[in-house]
Amino acid sequence: MYVIIAGAGKVGWNLARELIAKDREVTLVESDHARYRVVEEELEHAVQYGDATELWVLERAGIQRADLVIAVTGDDEDNILICQMAKEKYGVQRIVARVNNPRNLQHFRLLDVQPAVSATDLILRLIEHEVPEYGLIQLLALEEEHLEIIELEVGADSDAAGRRVQDIELPDGSLIISVLRGGAGFVPKADSVVQPGDQVLLILDPGLESQITPQFAPNGASPG
Amino acid sequence: MFILIVGSGRVGSAVAKRSLDAGHEVSVLDSDPLSHERLDKDQLTTWEDAGGRFTVSTALEIDGLIEAGIEQADVFLAATSGDNTNLVIAQIAQRRFKVRRVVVRVADPGRASWYAEQGLLTICPTQHAIDQASRVVLA
Repeated sequence: MYVIIAGAGKVGWNLARELIAKDREVTLVESDHARYRVVEEELEHAVQYGDATELWVLERAGIQRADLVIAVTGDDEDNILICQMAKEKYGVQRIVARVNNPRNLQHFRLLDVQPAVSATDLILRLIEHEVPEYGLIQLLALEEEHLEIIELEVGADSDAAGRRVQDIELPDGSLIISVLRGGAGFVPKADSVVQPGDQVLLILDPGLESQITPQFAPNGASPG
Repeated sequence: MFILIVGSGRVGSAVAKRSLDAGHEVSVLDSDPLSHERLDKDQLTTWEDAGGRFTVSTALEIDGLIEAGIEQADVFLAATSGDNTNLVIAQIAQRRFKVRRVVVRVADPGRASWYAEQGLLTICPTQHAIDQASRVVLA
């Protein structure tokens, strides 16, 4: 597998190191000359000097045969364009883009630059995982397939607590796929009983969360 | 026509003034408040008194673009100093706001020609300079 990484900042340099350690062929491209010189001392021929938003620089790096292009510069416009050109001009199969400002995520989506990874979002998700008040944790969003998987804790006196899965009132387009209890997980049957303190994983159409969370809320917000 | 120009540099401000003189509605957006001076320079009245609009915002901020009137724009000109900023906001104008005519300034001839093939109206000052200089040099 041949990987091109644009941007030799902390993220790009460390990615290159890791991938090289896993025997991948990597070219790192850096546009700041001073930074390039520093990185070159370690990575030698695996780093090239140039602006990765210029076609000739991408071509010199061998983009025609790249299997994966990772754009992790500090500039969102650059990351968008590098990935857009990699995909649409050079037919690169897989791309990964870094989002520096989470407000720009919508632009990555609009121009079909996916997956786009935002450190702020990742940290926020970790916080949600650690802070139970948030209640709902999004585990996975399959954007193209319009599905997501969420995790919910079953509140002590919620509507769902003590009920069989088949009796929990869930909207069409949602399904309980797993129950986590006491450090272990199982796939429930229709007559499995959900207990307070369980963590349930649901798969659903995005947008149904607000109809689902009341069933699991501690104070039993919805009519049962 | 309603013309929105992003980037009040030499090119953007000059096109803005010319468009206003030609009787069009013109809105200019730039992240630097001081760039407004270019719009007033050599004019009898201020830009606003002449009927122009000016918004201070970074080019990628959707709220700023909306405030500047992108939803009503018939023509969008991306003329900031950054090629990549211009190419991204031009595509936002085209795909998200369905602006009828989108014009982009791109200094790099390589990117200019490829994005032109993708349907953007690109203007490449570098290419014009190359063509003109070659003509004079080889005359």
